[in-house]
Amino acid sequence: MDKPKYLLFLGCAIPYRLPSYEISTRKVLRKLGVELVEMPDFNCCGFPTDPVSHDTMLTLAARNLCLAEQRNLNIVALCNGCFGILNHVNKELKEDKEVKEKVNGYLKEIGMEFKGTVTVKHLIHVLAEDVGLEKIKETVQKPLSQLRVVQHSGCHVNRPRKYIGLEDPENPTILKKLIEVTGAECLEYMDEPECCGAPILGVDEKIPLQLTRDKLDHVKAVGAQAMITVCPYCHIMYDLNQPRIERAFNEKFGIPVLHYPQLLGLAMGITPDKLALKDLRVDATEIVNVSSQ
Amino acid sequence: MAKAEKTQDEKARQRTVLKASEMDPKFKYEISKLPGAEEVMLCFQCGTCTADCPISRFDDFYRPRRLIRMTQLGLKDRLLSNDVIWLCSTCFTCIDHCPQGVGIASIVRALRNLTVKRGHMPAGYKEQVSNILKTGYAYVISDMRLRKRKEKGLPALPKTNLKSVAKLFNATGFSKTLEKVKT
Ligand code: SF4
Ligand code: SF4
Repeated sequence: MDKPKYLLFLGCAIPYRLPSYEISTRKVLRKLGVELVEMPDFNCCGFPTDPVSHDTMLTLAARNLCLAEQRNLNIVALCNGCFGILNHVNKELKEDKEVKEKVNGYLKEIGMEFKGTVTVKHLIHVLAEDVGLEKIKETVQKPLSQLRVVQHSGCHVNRPRKYIGLEDPENPTILKKLIEVTGAECLEYMDEPECCGAPILGVDEKIPLQLTRDKLDHVKAVGAQAMITVCPYCHIMYDLNQPRIERAFNEKFGIPVLHYPQLLGLAMGITPDKLALKDLRVDATEIVNVSSQ
Repeated sequence: MAKAEKTQDEKARQRTVLKASEMDPKFKYEISKLPGAEEVMLCFQCGTCTADCPISRFDDFYRPRRLIRMTQLGLKDRLLSNDVIWLCSTCFTCIDHCPQGVGIASIVRALRNLTVKRGHMPAGYKEQVSNILKTGYAYVISDMRLRKRKEKGLPALPKTNLKSVAKLFNATGFSKTLEKVKT
């Protein structure tokens, strides 16, 4: 079988805030034989423009899709927001002739045309479907069987179901299985599929911080040692904002939040500094220690 | 004390009798023409969306069911002048759960788009949009971060063709809208 090859859609939040996610992703994908091609000249996926101008969102997303079509490569996105938008627009333009004509009318201004020849996947889909759990398992050198963690898949990797439909958004299992392959136990907790609140952080801080606080509380209640995310925005809410939440609510959580490829990387025996574990806001030393036992 | 008064005010506001003159019977048709909002008339007010909305737990006014009803009733000015419509976190739980297939979050997005057309846009969005025009990215990524990428052995960040982005903003008419926006 050919080596899986994808155009990497990096998006904005990862280079701006979370190179640790990018670093660890590149490391584990290389080990798994997935080839990443850099995507030149891309623009913001379009997500932040949907609330203010739906047509602008469609057009920005479509321009990215056209860039992938020109190279004849499928897209992998690491961010739920980027995946959600690019996948949704890709499917909508493929299915709805009217919308496609409208968007192609806009794209004509820059000499582009959406044809509908590529697909969009999230990192977890590439891992679970293209690489496969069996192959991932073969690369695990240090099973993390001492570790009990929880997953937070986030919203846009699953909802709305109509445009994705790869798993039940109420009971997501793809990330769960990817976690279990590392040897770690994936615990269940209350309101697991609930939103992190990040999209409205720029409008209202109180509500998203309360949502985040509740989730951390539920995670703590089941005794998880870490939380595993696959989206930069979710990660910002639970990791970067965790000390702030602790201060605001006068509570102590101290729950490390790892990007999934960091967890997988540890299980593969990659050294913690190569996985940028030190970049995390909440100290993950305990996880590193457990993984090296 | 001030807080108690405010709650009283809030309650009084919510009890206010609706005047027929406030209702624009055409509004629901206007909304139903917008993408994802086609099913607005099908809402039978079961309340599933509100029950499952994470934002409704923390805000006294934000209720998706209420926003849909207000839309059906044509309370256009109340909706388009209310900051509450910016609270939807687009988790799409409501869309997945609605028994009538109503695109609730898309209707909220349609309400936001119309509000922007009237010249109002939250500062956070304005900033991200202007960043996209300036850099192609939703954030301004500093030189320091670009240097750090290099140090960490990451490939250089691609540069967006900004002329193309500006042309697309013009093509959709959004550039014109932006000129009107006061935040
Ligand atoms: S779930 Fe659907 S039908 Fe029920 S109140 Fe909400 S929008 Fe209306
Ligand atoms: S998409 Fe918006 S309205 Fe719907 S459940 Fe989520 S936050 Fe509530």
